[in-house]
Parts: sequence; structure tokens; C-alpha cells
Amino acid sequence: MSGAGPSQAANGSPSGGSAAESAASVGVHHRGAGPSQAANGSPSGGSAAAQAASVEVQQLKGYPRADGRKGIRNVLVVAYLVECAHHVAREITASFRDRGVHLIGFPGCYPNAYALDMLEKLCTHPNVGGALLVSLGCEGFNKRQLERVIEASGRPVATLGIQDTGGTRKTIADGRAWVENALSTLAAQNTVPMSLAELVVGTICGGSDATSGLTANPAMGVAFDLLIAQGAATIFEETGELIGMEHLMAARAVNPALGAELKRTVAKAAEYYTTLGYASFAPGNADGGLTTIEEKSLGAYAKSGQSRIDGIIKPGIEPPRKGLYLLDVVPDGEVRFGFPNINDNAEIAELIACGSHVILFSTGRGSVVGSAIAPVIKVCANPETWKRMADDMDVDAGRILEGRATLPEVGREIFELIQRVGNGLATKSEALGHQEFILTYKSFEPLGPACLPGV
Amino acid sequence: MASSDPQPALLKLAPQDNVAVALRALVAGEVVMLDGVMLDIERATSVGHKVAARPIIAGDVILKYNCPIGIATQSIAAGAYVHTHNVKSGYLPTYTLPA
Repeated sequence: MSGAGPSQAANGSPSGGSAAESAASVGVHHRGAGPSQAANGSPSGGSAAAQAASVEVQQLKGYPRADGRKGIRNVLVVAYLVECAHHVAREITASFRDRGVHLIGFPGCYPNAYALDMLEKLCTHPNVGGALLVSLGCEGFNKRQLERVIEASGRPVATLGIQDTGGTRKTIADGRAWVENALSTLAAQNTVPMSLAELVVGTICGGSDATSGLTANPAMGVAFDLLIAQGAATIFEETGELIGMEHLMAARAVNPALGAELKRTVAKAAEYYTTLGYASFAPGNADGGLTTIEEKSLGAYAKSGQSRIDGIIKPGIEPPRKGLYLLDVVPDGEVRFGFPNINDNAEIAELIACGSHVILFSTGRGSVVGSAIAPVIKVCANPETWKRMADDMDVDAGRILEGRATLPEVGREIFELIQRVGNGLATKSEALGHQEFILTYKSFEPLGPACLPGV
Repeated sequence: MASSDPQPALLKLAPQDNVAVALRALVAGEVVMLDGVMLDIERATSVGHKVAARPIIAGDVILKYNCPIGIATQSIAAGAYVHTHNVKSGYLPTYTLPA
């Protein structure tokens, strides 16, 4: 086994070429390292493109929606439209704990175009089969527009106003009755075959440590390359954690104008975080051996794999076609509402609002979160964390560090697990009941013309 | 890296790097081979954490994956632990909790 394992953690194979096979090579050597020297000798496993030939591709089961998209889940969401309605919405949801009813919402009383757009996109997400809106009655949220959008999508929807209905008890009772009825409608819906080309996959890292960039993130990058080769759309994000990567990213853009736009996006993030005084960097990241934001960025960037970057999107905008997209999560304009993303779930909600059916989540320190609406697949980077927290983890990528698996092998394992999850397999966080959700104030301007070339 | 070593202790992610990452927990005083050179491990080093692969001078750019990850704030001996006490970001300061 000499030379196995650690070498692949660093570098995968020196394959380099075979761009014709589109999936490109594995590993992290796009960062500019000499392809094979960092590895200690043995070439490992072959390129992702080569692996693509042997990967198992299966049909998914999709719930067809009126807009032509398909969902891999048929969730009913209960959405509170102000914090004052949160308790009532939670009580309605609580009695359907294990029946696919998820709680989402927006706590603010002041209106916000971003929050409205997010809830429109989330309530009409392909994984969602229907929505109950819970309003106090006097808040600023444009509940009529939200209801109209959901209704126009062909989904069952109702809005309950707590003040009009007569308070907490009556609203909870009415809400439960509506949900019970809607669930029987959803239960009668059948699935149809769905292909990987109809799938949107998002990726995020949370609770990162120095192993994240060695194992889980590059393995998820391999999975991204395999997905793109099958026609899927993939999204990576956290522009605040791409600081220092802007030139490398720009070189992967489909054209120079997009490359310039990618650099601008990262510069915006750096400026935003500078104003706030903190990088997107938690004390636990340093405990885990990450010294600076640019070191953390290098690891985070590996999630994007090796494929060409096809465009930039913003929260609520779906990738227009297959390929790889950067989700710009940092607000536009002057700093207004605080941190771009106050925790990982804020970003997960944005990835889902961009149409992500499933989220790949890498963690070294050990995050346990899942999400409302879309299953979250946990890829554990650190072998010691896996030993402590295996119950919360779907994939043991730390094997790469221990020499028990190669980077392409773990990448393929993630790729195949996505397909099983797309056939209804519950992820660990789903089975444990994790349905975290958060939505806060933000403001965005429309995409610039260079962000989506050819659209 | 000694290719005959069945369990290498350190991994340099690119040949140009001046730091290497620990593949297992290292103990203070341990001697580890890297690129045919013996390194004295300065202090206990957890998996994934960094040590200097060669002597580093204050002001040097720290290279990992052949990419800059920060700037040395003091001179660092080969084998010494490399982290927030001797490296700063070129972009934004690193926030850690008070001890």
C-alpha cells in the first residue's frame, strides 16, 4: 500500500488532459501545483473522466410539477410570515413530525424583497408539494403575492391569519385540519422517472478544519464533475470563503467577461467582510488547524471540482442549464443588514431557493445540521470526527487520509449516494429529524449581463 | 517524502510549499522525514495542522498547495508548528476565542 491514500488526498492522478471527456481530472492540482510531485509516487486511480465510464447511473424518482421540474421529495411546508406567527406555525407542524411537513418562515415585520423572493422560490421548489402560510395579520410581509405565486404553480395553498381566525388555539386547529387534508392530496401523487440531467445539486462546507480541504471537499468536487458529465446543474457558493481564489476561478470561467465578473464578486465579498471586521472564519476553524481565511478558502474552493465555471447566480435564480455555477451570497450595495450569512443554514436555504434538490455538506469539526425542503448529505472529512459522530455522517471521507480509500473512490461513492437519495433514501440528518431553516434580511441587485453567458 | 515509509507522517501538498500537513497526530520532539530531510517536530501537532517544511523568514509568504495562505510574522524553524501565532492573513485578521 505504499503511496496510497495520502497521495490521493493531495493530488489524485496526473491525468491532466482528456478534456474531451469533460469531467476533467481529480484532485486539487488545478491550484497550480505540479500535478504529480505532491503525491508521493504512485498515480492514483485515474481521472474522474475515466471513472465516469464505470460509475453506476440510475433513474431517480421525481414528483412532476406544473412548471416541468421534478422534485425528489414531496414536502408540505408551513411558513410563518413574521416571528409573531412562529409559535402557531411550529405547533401546527409539530403534530406531523414524521410525515414530511417542514417549518420555514421569515421573522421580520418590515417587508424585504429578498425575503419575499426567497419564500416564493422555496414554496414553489420542486421538492415542495404544497404550502400553508401562517400570518399574524398586521405584519409587512406581502402574503397575498406569496399566496398567488404558490397558487399559480398548481400547488395546494392556504393562508391563515391568527388575528382573523381568533387566536392561537383556533389557528392551530384550523392549520392542522388543512395540513391533514393536504397530506392526503400529496399522498395520491405518483412519481415519474427522473434523470440526473434534471437534478440540481448544491454544495457547502461547515464546521471546517484542515482536513476538509484534503478529503471531503475535493471528493465532493469529484462528485460535482461526475454530475456535470451526466448533465446535472451544480452550485457552489460562499464567496466570502473564496477570498484569495479569485484568479484561479477566473481562469476557469467559460469566457473572460465572466472571469472578470467572478473576480468582482470575490472583491465585493472581501470588502463587505472587511467593513464588518470579521472574515467568514469561526474560532473552531483555527482550532482545526486553519490559520487564515485564504487557507480556509483553498479548502472550500476544492468543492467546485475541476469543471468549467458556466455562470454566476444569486439567491433565488436557478441555473439556466447544466454545468457549474457560483452562487453569490454577499448582498449588493453598502453594508445594511449585517453578516451576509449568519450561519450555514442561511446559505443552505439560498442554495435550495436556487433549485437545489439535494445539498452536499462537508464537515471536519462535525456539523449536525440538515435542512427543511432538501436532503443534506454529510461528508465527514476528519477520521477522528467520524469516530465520534458517525451517526450524523453519510460518507466517511477521512478514509482518504488514512489510506483506506482514494479520492476518486469517495467521489464516486458520493455520486452514487446522491442517486440513492434521489430514489427516496433518507440521509442521516433527515432520519434524525433535522429540518433547520433560517431566513434574514438582505438586498440584492439584478445579475450583471456577463454573469450568465449565452442566456 | 520517504516512499518506503508505509505511514508517512507529513504531506507536502505541492513541491513549492514551505509547510507540510500532519497526516497523524505528531508528538513534540519526534523526528520525521520529509523530502529526505529530518525534521524535529517542535510541539504536539494534530491531524491536518501544519509544520514548517524548511526554514521560513519573517515576511515570507506561506505556501500550501502552492498557493499563498498568509505571511510569516516571525522567523520559523524547519519542523516548527505553523499557525496563527506566527502567520497572519494577507486579507482579513483571523478571529479566535480568548484562551
